Formats: sequence, structure tokens, C-alpha cells
Amino acid sequence: MSGHSTYEPKSGFTRWLDKRLPIIRMAHDSFVAYPTPRNLNYWYTFGAMLALCLVVQIVTGVVLAMHYVPHINMAFASVQRIDRDVPYGWLIQNIHSVGASMFFLAVYIHMFKGLYYGSYKAPREVLWILGCVIYFLMIATAFLGYSLPWGQMSFWAATVITNLIGALPMIGESIKNWLMGGFSVDQPTLNRFFSLHYLLPFVIAGVVALHVWALHETGQNNPTGVEVKSKADTVPFTPHATIKDLFATALFLILFAVFVFYMPDALGHADNYIPANPLQTPPEIVPEWYLLPFYAILRAFDFNIGPIDSKLAGVLAMFASIGVLFVLPWLDTSRVRSMRYRPAARQFFLIFVVVCLVLGWCGGQNPGRVLAQSGDFTATLRWVEGGAVSARAFSAPSEEQFDETAAGMRETATTEGAAMTMVSRSNATDARMMSVVGGTPQTQTVSARTIEALEEAVQEAKAEIGARAPFFVTERASPMAFTVTRLSQVATFYYFLFFLVLLPLLGLRETPGRVPDTIAKPIGGQTQEAA
Amino acid sequence: MLRALTVAAAVFVAAAGVAFAAGEAEHPHDHPFSFDSPIRGYDMAAVQRGFQVYNQVCSTCHSMAHLSYRHLGEEGGPFAAYMARNHETGEEEMVVGKPAHGGRFVTVTENPYVRAIASAVTISDIDPASGQPMDRPGRVSDHFRSPFPNEIAARAANGGAYPPDLSVITSARHGGADYIYSLLVGYTGEVDGALYGNRYFAGGKIAMPPPLAEGAVAYADGSPTTVEQYAADVTTFLQWAADPHMEARKRMGIIVISFLLVLAGLLYLAYKQVWRGESH
Ligand code: HEC
Ligand code: HEM
Repeated sequence: MSGHSTYEPKSGFTRWLDKRLPIIRMAHDSFVAYPTPRNLNYWYTFGAMLALCLVVQIVTGVVLAMHYVPHINMAFASVQRIDRDVPYGWLIQNIHSVGASMFFLAVYIHMFKGLYYGSYKAPREVLWILGCVIYFLMIATAFLGYSLPWGQMSFWAATVITNLIGALPMIGESIKNWLMGGFSVDQPTLNRFFSLHYLLPFVIAGVVALHVWALHETGQNNPTGVEVKSKADTVPFTPHATIKDLFATALFLILFAVFVFYMPDALGHADNYIPANPLQTPPEIVPEWYLLPFYAILRAFDFNIGPIDSKLAGVLAMFASIGVLFVLPWLDTSRVRSMRYRPAARQFFLIFVVVCLVLGWCGGQNPGRVLAQSGDFTATLRWVEGGAVSARAFSAPSEEQFDETAAGMRETATTEGAAMTMVSRSNATDARMMSVVGGTPQTQTVSARTIEALEEAVQEAKAEIGARAPFFVTERASPMAFTVTRLSQVATFYYFLFFLVLLPLLGLRETPGRVPDTIAKPIGGQTQEAA
Repeated sequence: MLRALTVAAAVFVAAAGVAFAAGEAEHPHDHPFSFDSPIRGYDMAAVQRGFQVYNQVCSTCHSMAHLSYRHLGEEGGPFAAYMARNHETGEEEMVVGKPAHGGRFVTVTENPYVRAIASAVTISDIDPASGQPMDRPGRVSDHFRSPFPNEIAARAANGGAYPPDLSVITSARHGGADYIYSLLVGYTGEVDGALYGNRYFAGGKIAMPPPLAEGAVAYADGSPTTVEQYAADVTTFLQWAADPHMEARKRMGIIVISFLLVLAGLLYLAYKQVWRGESH
């Protein structure tokens, strides 16, 4: 609320300064007298923590940069030197790497809060978009920073991501080579990543200033989503909001400290303690936890969509998943801001939160991992006991005709009275056919949970039957499997469904609850009942 | 109904997280190391013995290039020396490890243990007078001597396999110290050409011959000279090497977190005070 300024300079110097650069007035109007809705809850304290995180990253980052060496042969060792020899280097390094995670934790809560209370809706569209810009820049900054220690994950994450950008049509290849500074991730890449990693936080700081400016123009939203109507609806920022933010921030710092002092590596990947080796791909390449949902969306596309191949589709979906946030103010058609009064939308929102967590989980899993299957893997062994066995070698005229020739051989054997036949191929055209005449046909079925266990069970069964069977014919059947990729597809589908279909439709179709007239006089009991 | 769905989804996610598939290798043995606890430090006697094992056994194949000899004698290191007064004789004498009643830290360059360890090593260097390559005894400022001049030489001497640098090995493997300990005691006795069966190594076969044998390293402090003891000691040393400031870190953590708890308590009271009588 850019209302009337209530600042009154008290001393001679502040009066003098106020005429020339009213900076104290600005600070006073923004952070002291600034009226805040009186009903803000703890979800509204994360903005303060985000500001703190940015300062912490910049301060620790500048110190790290004094000791860090952006050279492919020295970067890893220089981080080791920071950890071992720089006075309190271990502390600064831990704060910076844990700080990135805490930053994202806070930003995610901050964003979900905005989604729930409809803080993106008019007149706060620009405020919301600036937030999305900050988030995007944070992702870029963290990605660039993660490559600096030049461990295995640093190197391979940089390789995977730059290659993804190369999948974009026309411009992709040039952007990729420009980012890498060559045709692979190498010294030029590290140099420019360091330069950009140093630059972007200051760009973020600039956008944060715009974000706060926009905030102070429109005023804060609040859990009811009802605009401030009179002075009765607000309290001055200082001391009311300040003290609440400080208390919440102290709790946040405790969590921060637990990670810094007791689990500094818990959020990272062990492979990043192995120096980068361009010749050795690690068994799994995974990004940091805060980027896992996007990784899951990327990998959900294991199929081509018409002319768009799966890789490009994944990249486009990944960018679209952030892009959709930018247009959200125009996707949500509801006249009611806060989901507190939108019972139907609230349910879909809760599912949305779970879906984001599921996506994060999927991003860290092997995409082929089976989560559920319709039954066991089974194998049916067939053999003939006590018949007359004969073997015959044959060759097909060419590789293409092999199947045909083999089928012909089998048919002849069967018409000659064979109860069972088996063809074992030795190369492209030559094979041996075993057949058995007479005897008693037998079958045995084995089953197991996994394909490996099945193969073991088959071997066991064969060993047990032993010489009673001259040879076996084995038929295997796989159950239907629900893999991590399938789950990612379902979750990705819901992610986009929520923004592109549910929010536009719900706004038009749902019946919202009763919205209070003012913040100060909520309709009885309503605020206590719903978060 | 939708709420039920959400709950079901959450339960499903939690269950799936628990059912994390195990790989081919066995899950590392959970060894009770002193540093596992959030407050306890290193068993420094074990770190010292572990250094001896590294020095006499592992260092023939593995480098630890991020460590210098001086690290051994810095505060928090296994050979940090202090001058302390002996209560019986009244004499100042040098002890290894911080005495309970305090003492004066002996700078690393004056530390006889570290100097002895460093000077026992031969380092290739350039002769400052002639500019020609020469060998000289190690100094405390030298990095741990690497057994091979480069990776190619290391591979050539190890049948193509590369013995990794051990400076941060406990951080660089899932399972950390438990994994390293398990690996060292996990040999099955099977040999397949130049590969040795090991229950804990991914794939089940490792190119490192069983490095530890009963009695191979003579301990001065009377600790058992078994493979298990060597493995536990060298693992403790490697954990210290990867995380030399752990003790300082945990100590500072207690202070910082206590401070924050008190601060949060005071802020909460202030918050209650400010908001008293305000409806919100
Ligand atoms: C004869 C040379 C040799 C000696 C002595 C030796 N190692 Fe190794 N070590 C190797 C080789 C070679 C590898 C690589 C194995 C591979 O990749 O299959 C290796 C690998 C390792 C690994 C990594 C395993 C992994 O997960 O990748 C550890 C940890 C290790 N050694 C610890 C030790 C310790 C501790 C000692 C001393 C007790 C020791 N080694 C002594 C040759 C040696
Ligand atoms: C938006 C704020 C920032 C974020 C999210 C961020 C994130 C990161 C991350 C994730 C890493 C890898 C840490 C690790 O794995 O150890 C890193 C490293 C690094 N960052 Fe930042 N950073 C930020 C700001 C800065 C700033 C402002 C600077 C310098 C002025 C800086 C300098 C460095 C340096 C030198 C490294 C490499 C050393 C190391 O790995 O600890 N960072 N950053």
C-alpha cells in the first residue's frame, strides 16, 4: 500500500539527508510503517527467510570465490583446500551447499502458499511473475554452482543438461555450444559457469528488489484473499510482522544448523566426492533433490509425439512446467482468491502437492523400476520322458530364410510323429534340431516375483528333472508392470491438468464458500476451522 | 472421496520409499564407530593405528593427495601434540592428544612425531641449486606421497584397475565408513583371474587383492592384530581424513543450536507480547 508517508526525520542530519536522498524514509515506509494484513499466518513468513538465504549465499559465495580455482584440474582440489585448510572454510562451504537446499525448501513453501491463497490473481500478476523469474534464476544459479566443485555429478549433470538444450530445434545446437564454449563440457564450460554463477545471484537480488517494490504497490495478500479495506484490517509491519518473521526465521535457522553441523552431506550425492572423469559415466546421474521433479517430467516422455521425438518432448515439457507458472494468473478463472473458500479446488490443490512430491520421488529412482505388477513372472517347462531322441543338423539358404526353414524342419518332424522338437541355432544360418518320438509329455510351471528369480527357479527345476528330460521347451510370461516411468507419466499428466484444465474450469463451475466481507471481521469461526 | 485419494497416494509414496530395491552387492555391515554418534568424536588411538595401516599397507597402491603430513599434527589430528605439566614430576612434557586439563599446542613444524613420519618418506623434487630432479626426505608441508606418478602408471601396476585416491573415500561411497569397513572384511576367498570375490563390492568381484592379513601390521599399543581390527582402524583413519573438522563441527553445532533455541524462545515471548490484544 503506497499510502501517505508517516516518516518524520528527527535529527538535523536525517532532515538534511531526507531532502537529498529520502532513503531512510523509503526504508521506514517499506519496513516499519508499512501496513500488513493482521491475519497473516506462518506460511507468510517464508519471504523473510528467502531474503536471508540470498544474503547468506552471496556472503558465503564471495568468500568461497576467494579460494576457489575454476580450473578443471584444480577445482576439486581447491574445494578440498577450502574444507581442510581455509580457516572455517568447512563452515562456509557447508553453509553455502546446505544453503542452496534451504533456499529451495523456502521457495517451494513460499510458492505453494501463493498458489493456495491465490496470491497470483489480480492485481498481483506482475508480483507473481517476478517471483517466477526469481525461481527460474535460482534454478539456473544452483545448476551452475553445482558444476563448480567438478565432481562426477557436477560434470555429468552439466553434460546431460547442456545436451538437453541441444535437443531444441534450430537454436538448440548453437546455444549448447555457446554454453559449453566448445563441443563438450570442459575448461571453457567451467570458466563461464563460474562467471555466470557469480553474476546471477546479483541479478536475483535486482529482481527481488522489483518483487518487493511490486509487493508494496499492491499490498500483501492474506489467508482470506480479501483485500485490505480499512486500517482495522492491518497492523504496522514493525513490530508485528517483523517479530513474527524473526521468530519463524529462528526456527528455520535451527533446521539449517542441524544440516550444516550434523548432516552436511545428507542432501548431496556421494559421487560428487569423486573427481570428474569424462571417460567414466556414473551408474546413475541424478540432479540435486530440488530439481528432481523436473527430471521426472523430462524422463516421463519415453515416447515420440508425432514429429517430436521423446527427448525434445521431455525438454519442452520440462520448460513448460515452469512456463505454465508464468501464465497462471490468466488460467485461474475463479473470482474467489483464497482456496480456503474453494472446497473443490482445495482438494485438487492437495492432490497437486502430493503429485509434486511423487514427481520428486520418481526423479530420484531408476525409471525402469517396477512398482507394481499384475502377478508373477512365470515359465512353463515342457519335456518328454522316455521317448526316442534324435538330432539333425540343418542350414538355411540365407539368414532371412532361417525361420521359414526351421518351421519346415519342425513340421516334417511332427508329421513323422515327434512329440516335441527344439531348434538350437549356432549361427546366422546353421542350427541343430532335436526331436523326440514317443514317451510321455510332461509340464511343470515355476513362478517368481522378479525375472532374475524366475531364471534361478528355472535353472533349479531343470537341475531337479535332470536327465529324465532330453531337452526342454520353455515358455515365459511376464506380468503387466507399473514402472517409475509410468508413475511419472501419470503425475506429469496431473501436473499439467491442474493448471491447464482444472483451474480454468473450476473457477467457472464450482460453488465457492462464503467469503468474509473484511479481514478484521471474518464470519464466525470460519478462519479457525480452515487453514 | 478426494481426500481419501490423497491420503492413499501419500501412504503409497511412503511405502514405496521403504521398499527400495537392493542392488547386487550386500548391504554394508553396520559397524559401531564412535563418530556415528551426533556428539562423540574420533577414537584417536584408532585413527593413529589406522594411519599406521594406511602407511604400511594401503599406501603402496593408494594415494591420499589432498592430505599433507602437517594435517596429522594439526589440532584435531591424530598426532596433535601438547605441552602439559606432569602432576607427579612437575615437569613440562609433550603428550599426544589434548590433555584433559589443557596444554599448550605444539606447532606442527615442531611436532617430533609428524616430523618423523614425514622425513621417513622420500619425495622427488627439483634440486634448487642445479634444477635437476632429485630425491629428498619429506617435510611436514609435503602432501602425502603418491605411490604412482600418474593414473596410467597406477593402472599398469594393478592389472588395469585404478586404486582410487583415498582422501575422501568415506564421503565418496554410499554407506560411507560402514561400506569401507565391510569391503575390507568382505572377501569371500574366491579368486577369478585377477579379480577377488567380495560380498560388498558392486558386481561381487574387485580387482584389489585382500589387502589385510592377520598380524601384517605390528601394533605398539597391544591392540589385537586381526583383520577386523585393522579394517576398523584404517576406516576410522579414512573417516578422519575425509572429515578432519568433524569434532570442531559437532562442538560448534551444539553452541549454535543452543543459542538459536534460546533466541527462538525469546523471540516467541516477544511475539506474544507484541501481538497481545490484537485479533488475528
Ligand atoms: C595391491 C594394491 C592395493 C593395496 C595394497 C590396497 N588396494 Fe585398495 N584398491 C586397489 C585397486 C586396484 C582398487 C580398484 C578395484 C576395482 O576397481 O575393482 C582398489 C580399490 C579400493 C577401494 C574402492 C572400492 C570401491 O568401492 O570402488 C577402497 C575403499 C580401497 N581400495 C581401500 C583400500 C585400503 C583401506 C587398503 C589398505 C588396507 C587398500 N585398499 C590397499 C589396490 C590396492
Ligand atoms: C542464489 C544464490 C546461490 C545459490 C542458490 C548457489 C548455489 C550453489 C551450489 C548448489 C553450489 C555447489 C555446492 C557444493 O556442492 O559444494 C555452489 C558452489 C559455489 N558457489 Fe554458489 N550459490 C549462490 C550464490 C553464490 C554467489 C553469490 C557466489 C559468489 C559470489 C557463489 C560462489 C560459489 C562458489 C565459488 C562455489 C564453488 C565452491 C563450492 O562448491 O563450495 N555462489 N553454489
